[in-house]
Amino acid sequence: MSLLTIQDLTVEFPTRRQLFTAVDHASLSVEPGEIHGLVGESGAGKSTIGAAVMGLLERPGRIASGQIKLGGEQISGIDAEAMRGLRGKKISMIFQDPLTSLNPLFTVREQLVETIQTHLGGTEAEANKRARDLIDRVGIPDPDTRLDQYPHQFSGGMRQRVVIALALCTEPDVIIADEPTTALDVSVQAQILDLIKELAQERQVGVILITHDMGVIADSTDRVTVMYAGKVVESGTTAQVMGQPQHKYTKSLIAAVPRPTLKLHRFPQISYGGRETRFAVDDMARHWPKVDNDTSKPLFEIRNLTKKFLQKRGLLPWDRTYFTAVDNVSFDIHAGEVFGVVGESGSGKSTVARMIAGLYPVDGGTIDFQGQRVSDLSNRSVQDEYRKNIQMIFQDPYSSLNPRMRVDEIVAEPIRHHRLMDGAHIKRRVDELLDQVGLGSGAGQKYPHEFSGGQRQRISIARALATQPRFLICDEPTSALDVSIQAQILNILKDLQEHLGLTMLFISHDLPVVRQMCDRVAVMKQGQIVEVQETSELFANPKTEYASELLRLMPKLDDLSTDGLEAG
Amino acid sequence: MSDTMETPKAAPKTRMAKFWDSDFAWSFRHSPVAVIASLVVVILVLAAIFAPLIAPYNPFNPATLNLMNGFTPPGTPNAFTQETFLLGTDDQGRDVFSTILYGLRISLFVGASAVLLALIIGVILGLVAAYFGGWIETLIMRIADVQLTFPAILVAMLIFGIAKGITPPEYRDEMAIYVLIIAIALSDWVQFARVVRGAALVEKNKEYVQAARLIGRGSFPIMFRHILPNVLSPVLVIATISLALAIIAEATLSFLGVGAPPTQPSLGTLIRIGQGFLFSGEWWILFFPACTLLALALSVNLLGDWLRDALNPKLR
Repeated sequence: MSLLTIQDLTVEFPTRRQLFTAVDHASLSVEPGEIHGLVGESGAGKSTIGAAVMGLLERPGRIASGQIKLGGEQISGIDAEAMRGLRGKKISMIFQDPLTSLNPLFTVREQLVETIQTHLGGTEAEANKRARDLIDRVGIPDPDTRLDQYPHQFSGGMRQRVVIALALCTEPDVIIADEPTTALDVSVQAQILDLIKELAQERQVGVILITHDMGVIADSTDRVTVMYAGKVVESGTTAQVMGQPQHKYTKSLIAAVPRPTLKLHRFPQISYGGRETRFAVDDMARHWPKVDNDTSKPLFEIRNLTKKFLQKRGLLPWDRTYFTAVDNVSFDIHAGEVFGVVGESGSGKSTVARMIAGLYPVDGGTIDFQGQRVSDLSNRSVQDEYRKNIQMIFQDPYSSLNPRMRVDEIVAEPIRHHRLMDGAHIKRRVDELLDQVGLGSGAGQKYPHEFSGGQRQRISIARALATQPRFLICDEPTSALDVSIQAQILNILKDLQEHLGLTMLFISHDLPVVRQMCDRVAVMKQGQIVEVQETSELFANPKTEYASELLRLMPKLDDLSTDGLEAG
Repeated sequence: MSDTMETPKAAPKTRMAKFWDSDFAWSFRHSPVAVIASLVVVILVLAAIFAPLIAPYNPFNPATLNLMNGFTPPGTPNAFTQETFLLGTDDQGRDVFSTILYGLRISLFVGASAVLLALIIGVILGLVAAYFGGWIETLIMRIADVQLTFPAILVAMLIFGIAKGITPPEYRDEMAIYVLIIAIALSDWVQFARVVRGAALVEKNKEYVQAARLIGRGSFPIMFRHILPNVLSPVLVIATISLALAIIAEATLSFLGVGAPPTQPSLGTLIRIGQGFLFSGEWWILFFPACTLLALALSVNLLGDWLRDALNPKLR
């Protein structure tokens, strides 16, 4: 018999305007020792299922129909008191952000001992011993000293290990892991997933692994349930669903996943649900100024770039300490190429992008653009000309557009600022741009909050193209987007590079995405560039140990269906 | 939220409909406290604006005053003149109802102007402090800290005293109202500066501000065009609550005799005049102005509380 069964579960959120059905007649079951993946895009209802099982549905959400059974006993609809006895004891949870799921005011020992004693009783000495064993088991070195430390003294990955120990300490039957590795770096992600897999086997715990990441699903789950708009569209063993997807939505989802091994010409446009949005790059190219991509001389020459951030303030210069975010970095970007920078969080890749964009002043070294020294911010005429030629697409489409400005004002701002056109022409140009990025010219009258994440990123692109720049900086442009939207945006960026001759600096932590997008890649580690290579060369024969380690930890996705993909 | 704050250039009818349908208007309609409080405020404001039309007497025109009418209790005819006054008369024979209406005018004018002035000073200094940081921020915020260590009334009295010393005696009565406004504003701007700085520090690091810098926009366009509209909702809440406090501060100063002159009495001045007669039985001279002040300050305050909840998405 299954450990946890969910039958015909429907969760509703009544709002003032309408009844919102977050989960619509969903069924799934988890066996002991099994990792059951729950995958879908944002808003698919996967986290709501987790919350419903935990009895943690936020008001006014309610279970409208269906049953949740744990070991044959019904747990949906029981009173809050009984649920509290189960929660933490029989079912526990691992949250996305280990920084906020641990109490910063207590040591790890205190948090573990409290949980153990609350649920299992026993003496403090027993609880202490148990806590120590667990910390040791989840792979934290030197458990005796680490136990008495506070959460802030642990790194992100170590903290997530503590959270796992906390989830395991009461011998639960079921663990719900809601995006447990989304906040972590790739190298740490692999370790945490391995640990969860191992522990599930060892203790015969059923795990529901909620994620949006197909790589995580393919690498670590036994069975998988795919959700779309609150409904279960497909369910089965991981190999079967990933290898031979049956449902059209699953197919479109898998086709949109960037592959590390296969460079695509374009992502296939299999759309499901949402309407097809075109991107009229041909219209755009017709009016685009002819660029002369002279390849004999690099477009950018970056030499010995250094950035230090103040770490400790002090009145006197020798009291101050600095943190070197970017350390002596040099590279060239050639006209017409897509130059990638990869690295883990804190490697300084975004700082490099911001220095090139002129958002941070440089502390050392030089940036030359078409032979002009642009790292010197005091030369106004050079800066003005430079700013017309570079634009940036930001990571978070929810914060990169001013929420109080209308979309047409947002797109018109660069044109107005550089006085490239007069009033009537600006309006026509803005409408044209919005139309070309696939939003329709009526979009200008609306405010950013009326658009979805992908549409907002299109607005960002329209704004970036408004001054007809030669160079585009993309700082993690798709990491906040769902995989199918990511595929659309990446296709657009490829079109821009190919048809408009744009040069790009592409910052990402996601190696498969870099594989799809970039011609050359620089690998950064702790503020330094460790390796610069042609992309295909880097993926085939990494020269440095760090790069090969990164590649080794990357999800391989070999089992995913390759239907409809064409190499380019 | 944004559709409730500013929706320029939409057709007026659909805009009204859109506003009526917004979460903001909905939360208003479903809060009896907010509806009643705003009703009271609207009635009092209209009464103040149309005081010359509504008031049965002009209490400041000596020609219409009859000393024989002094100390007439509310609703009963005067023993000598047989005239009846709704809320009675004071020692000079002035109709209390009329003096309240005129006093309300002064109180609301001083309160609203003082808050507006404090808002302008506070918002500008708060934005500048947050955006530029460094020693500019330190300087502005330390001045604010120092000012907070003095009670607001004390600061206002100090300014009032200095102003009184430097203005020639013949202008003192005319100047009094404006000095009062400046005094209250200068003791009140700190709140605005602190709130705006806090909100602007968050907004400053958002990517849309970086996008604007990338285009090449200067500091002031970014501060006022981009950041300011995004920090206005807390400012609106503070302004409403400050209005209640400013009206009370004005009443306190006037009660202490350093505010509105007896020739242009505010509610506070009326209360000061009335308190002299409280123990001799003429309670109405104090009671009705005090009730009006209470109703006004309480309603504005409740409105401010509701606004804070309605604009805070976390409390919804």
